[in-house]
Amino acid sequence: VSELNRGDGDRPEAGPVQPDTEAALEGTVQAPRTGAAVRTGDPAGFPKSLRELSRPGRRASSLPSLDVPKAEIPEAERRANDVGLPEVGERDLVRHFTRLAQRNYGVDTGFYPLGSCSMKYNPKVADAAASFPGFQRLHPLQPDATVQGALELLWRLERALCELTGMAGVTFQPAAGASGELTGLLIMRAFHAGNGDPRRRIVIPDSAHGTNPASVRMAGYEVATVPSDARGLVDLGALEKLVDEDVAGLMITNPNTLGLFEEDILGIARTIHEVGGLLYYDGANLNAIMGRVRPGDMGFDIVHMNTHKTFATPHGGGGPGAGPVAVRERLVPFLPAPVVSRDPQGRFFLDRDRPRSIGRVHGFNGNFGVLVRAYAYVFGNGGDGLRAVAERAVLNANYLAHRVKGEYPLAFDGRPMHEFVSTARPLKKHGVRAMDVAKRLIDMGFYPSTVYFPLVVEEALMVEPTETESKETLDAFAEAMLQSAREARENPDLLHQAPVTAPVRRLDEARAARQLKIRW
Amino acid sequence: VRFAPHTEDDVREMLSDLGLASLDDLYAHVPPQVLIDHPLDVPDGVSEVELLEDLHSLSARNRHVDDLVCFAGGGAYDHYVPAVVWSMAGRSELQTSYTPYQPELSQGILQALFEYQSMICDLTELEVSNASLYDGPTALVEGVHMAMGATGRSRVLVAETVDPRYVESLRTYGRGAGYRPETFPARDGRATIPEVDDGVACVIVQHPNVFGNLESVGDIFGAAARRGTRAIQVFDPLSLGVLAPPGELGADIAVAEGQVLGNHLSYGGPYLGIMAAQMRDVRRMPGRIAGQTVDVDGETGYVLTLQAREQHIRREKATSNICTNQTLMAVAAAVYLAWLGPEGLRELGEASSSKAAYAAERLAGHGGVSLTFPDTPFFKEFALSFEREPPEAVQARLVERGFLVGPVVEGSLLVACTERRSREQIDALGAAMGEVLG
Repeated sequence: VSELNRGDGDRPEAGPVQPDTEAALEGTVQAPRTGAAVRTGDPAGFPKSLRELSRPGRRASSLPSLDVPKAEIPEAERRANDVGLPEVGERDLVRHFTRLAQRNYGVDTGFYPLGSCSMKYNPKVADAAASFPGFQRLHPLQPDATVQGALELLWRLERALCELTGMAGVTFQPAAGASGELTGLLIMRAFHAGNGDPRRRIVIPDSAHGTNPASVRMAGYEVATVPSDARGLVDLGALEKLVDEDVAGLMITNPNTLGLFEEDILGIARTIHEVGGLLYYDGANLNAIMGRVRPGDMGFDIVHMNTHKTFATPHGGGGPGAGPVAVRERLVPFLPAPVVSRDPQGRFFLDRDRPRSIGRVHGFNGNFGVLVRAYAYVFGNGGDGLRAVAERAVLNANYLAHRVKGEYPLAFDGRPMHEFVSTARPLKKHGVRAMDVAKRLIDMGFYPSTVYFPLVVEEALMVEPTETESKETLDAFAEAMLQSAREARENPDLLHQAPVTAPVRRLDEARAARQLKIRW
Repeated sequence: VRFAPHTEDDVREMLSDLGLASLDDLYAHVPPQVLIDHPLDVPDGVSEVELLEDLHSLSARNRHVDDLVCFAGGGAYDHYVPAVVWSMAGRSELQTSYTPYQPELSQGILQALFEYQSMICDLTELEVSNASLYDGPTALVEGVHMAMGATGRSRVLVAETVDPRYVESLRTYGRGAGYRPETFPARDGRATIPEVDDGVACVIVQHPNVFGNLESVGDIFGAAARRGTRAIQVFDPLSLGVLAPPGELGADIAVAEGQVLGNHLSYGGPYLGIMAAQMRDVRRMPGRIAGQTVDVDGETGYVLTLQAREQHIRREKATSNICTNQTLMAVAAAVYLAWLGPEGLRELGEASSSKAAYAAERLAGHGGVSLTFPDTPFFKEFALSFEREPPEAVQARLVERGFLVGPVVEGSLLVACTERRSREQIDALGAAMGEVLG
């Protein structure tokens, strides 16, 4: 099909196989169904479901023999029949989940430029540390004296995150970014309530991620949307008109969701602070500015971080992440309790005596196993390394944007930071949509960029290469995007039919919702 | 350690393509007042071996549960995590992927989630499950929000015997969502039947409850059903091989802490928020849901479905703000449940409850130690009272002897048993308890 399919460099090797696409479309080559260059010897129809693999009487588990008298559960409470779980052997399980893994594409498989998600490489050393028994085998309710190392790890991580953000204190309870947002908004609420000044509205830009308005509602506030201007930045004039003393605060990412730095950030901060509101920094895009700009210096009062984005903890197919929240000194009393503290003798403890705290936002101590990985990333890179991370993330995005903008114009003129939003609008006249480009990229061995987001950009393609990708990878991806644009003009069917090399072809999402089948 | 692959030549070439002289130029449009010109006060980076040594020395200052014998409970338990669970859930194609926005490249995660949802339905005998929430307490919070939406009511009744961590979470999130949880009383460590009126959105019972006791769930949920109130049960997934499932007890919504399903203790997370419900509430469910469909060739495949509930589509009208969840923990739970199978699940429930019964007999009834609720049946955890000693002091002295017990709840010391605890370990705990009280 193209030289792309023969390129090597550090192009994905374990990705979907690359058959002759045109031949596949003509029906002369059967598109493979395993999605990986392995021949398994499975009968047709694999992967089956675990239920289909089940055989009565087969099992994988073995338990210690009962060495105490068997206790009887009161009859009224007893389950009448065995649970309808699958009955499979361990080998069945291993082959089944190995097949599933082979039908999945991760950062370890290849380039994954999913905009706004920071799909950077996840260092293996962080996984290794998290699996130390001294971390992995700790019960969450152990007395503080038995977990001094865990508490010190959190304490040191807190100090580093405060330095990185320009804040004074951190809670590690929030389990993800959205959980951090809600925590931050509840802190805002408690702060205003403490001043006897309840307020009703939170301002967010029209380009914001959907979690922002959803969190605002869960915190009991109303959303006030401020439009973007022709630069793709917050319209400062519109903001000034929008705010009054009923505004509790503003939530924003910077760089914003269009990948652009909000150059008027000091004016924005002043506008909000003048009416007594607080500034919330959504850390989704912190990767662009580490060691270069601190949210605290821009005037922010509350900051959440996404460890799975900025600090390279694996995204886990959708989670777990962690969403620590950092705040300025005057908001520290409102942090969820308990917080990690150190007594005058240097002993670490969980401080539960926090009368002004908003309370608990997680059952225990947050996603500790994820935070161990974040620690490994932060202290492995160090202060100097984190700055280099940010610079290279911005360099990569700018370089890639520069290479593709001839075919995919940037949605806005400003210099991109760690990601860029371009548009596939010029291809529309050939009947090709952003989604078609995305699916064609799959056939060329890549995970696609984010599409149709942010909502304010027509036919949006949002590309975030991250710092961990090499120039060779960026060049190969740029070529694939440019080739797709050429194909859109010359042979748009290639894009409409794509993907043909993935484990499945385009799926009927409308049918999934209409004929709902969400269990076996 | 360094994970950015750029050579100096790469940086130079890329900058020159961009018409820039230095990396600083990438930030030239940032207002100079906010640019920092000094290095961060974070130590410089270290090599991988130095990093591991630092982490190892931190971990070595913790006493973990292969060192202490774990009889601790309170919502997290030392059940065995079979080797196969993380050798599969940890496959890097799964672990390093993200939310399956492009389903054609995410069939592994999507099918695993579909199978997880199916097994949660099998376990609970409820009709639908989502693909994970953060943990048990936050799953309860989401369940309450569902109940409020479904009923249009805002009173929330919680049994006094529900884990205080769950109730504290309701209090926190209730300030935003506009409710204040009201507790209803218990007798002998079991919830009584509450007064339910037409303003009550939901009644919440934990079974087995915070003390490990079995509740009269059916009676309480019956009172709720008569008023059109949603019945919410907090359950222990590993009790369901031997205890009647939430669906049978009349629960409309069932939530649980899924740590016990193949997830490591890990000092409190990452864990797994489980939620199952009836089909009539499916459009009010929070979080991702995987669904089966077909591709253009008619082949079976999986997608995220009912996305119109979610924040990326519905924004402030979404059922929840959740985006990143605990998917990988749900995958581990799927491997674990299939590893256990129906027989394994039943045996595990029998073993845990039998060992707890043996431990209760061994520990209580002498030396000033008694069962706090002597006449109330329990599952794998029970509450001890001490005549002379504060329970925290007993707990601390047992740690010195190598045993982890607790937490302390309302003046009682909780002791939990899993299938891993041997008779020998239980006897040794009994002997140690005798010494510390001696």
